[in-house]
Amino acid sequence: MDTQGTTNRDDAEAWAHPVERLVATGTGASTDTVTGRRVAGPLQGFGQLWQKTFSVRLDGIDIPPEDLVAHWRDHFPTYWPPGARFYAPLLGIQPGEVALLELAPVPGSPVKMSTGVVVIYADREAFTFMTPEGHALSAWITFSAFRDGGVTVAQAQALERTADPFVELAYMMGANRSNDRFWEQTLANLAVSVGIREPTVQTTKVCVDRRRQWRYVRNVRFSPLVTMATGVVTAPGRWVRRPR
Amino acid sequence: MSTSVEVVPLTGMAILRIHGDVTGDSEGALMGAYAQLDPGVRAVLLDFAGLEYMNSGGIGLLVTLLVRAQRAGRRLHAIGLSEHYREILTLTRLDEAIEVHDNETAALAAATA
Repeated sequence: MDTQGTTNRDDAEAWAHPVERLVATGTGASTDTVTGRRVAGPLQGFGQLWQKTFSVRLDGIDIPPEDLVAHWRDHFPTYWPPGARFYAPLLGIQPGEVALLELAPVPGSPVKMSTGVVVIYADREAFTFMTPEGHALSAWITFSAFRDGGVTVAQAQALERTADPFVELAYMMGANRSNDRFWEQTLANLAVSVGIREPTVQTTKVCVDRRRQWRYVRNVRFSPLVTMATGVVTAPGRWVRRPR
Repeated sequence: MSTSVEVVPLTGMAILRIHGDVTGDSEGALMGAYAQLDPGVRAVLLDFAGLEYMNSGGIGLLVTLLVRAQRAGRRLHAIGLSEHYREILTLTRLDEAIEVHDNETAALAAATA
């Protein structure tokens, strides 16, 4: 690997400032489950700690890493797989902005999980999201580009724990692999957008910590699976009471 | 600028003095220094006074280091952080797991308590 360099010497503008409670700045989502919540990173999650790295080489495409990152930031929502929506902040992917998301728990599901991400870091070479309480994962994920042997490589690297025991159980039953496929498809879509016809996404997964953090078992009070199940169960009542 | 880490062994603890950048490329320097610690070390002081630049890849490395330390039953302490880098530890909630101190004397007192 050549470098994941550090040409931007001043990191002060790249980092968000800490806030006690988040305020969503993403627009267009039907539900905001983020405002009022706190960020929750890999240290505050429940499940096993995974480091996942997804990368795609852009062989034959002449695009500098910084241009690719700018392109990725500008069009980020368009590379997500079908069934997932990223409601970008008005100011775009900038430090401190809070985007909203709607995700299908399983492909094709009519029920969506509403959540969000906070942009905690963004510079010319990379940008990083961190999850809020109520997200299925307690994580951050960094999107970056670098040169390797004269070829530009796009990479997404996540450091993640499931947020609560219910999500951990779902992860063990296949959601972990579904999450991998989500980012593999995203990287492939990005590669196609810059001219790669048949992208090959490489995935590396390392379980950094096999222990579960039982002191965070109370994260179930924010569990998106509980919220979603409650929403489904109470849907008929809301339908009856809707304004006519 | 690359990363260099000086290891200062003390009784039952150690100081890792970090100089230069902490990025995703710093893994060798940081983990290599950590690997030098005596098995009897129970507290590790990370001295960031020489830190010049840290991106999100560097913060990821600190989490990995923290997990390794916790598995070994070690506590991590931080000293020499500028106001900017203190904010980053607050932003990422790393300050809930890494004890931040104003100076080395205070950190050593906390580590031996």
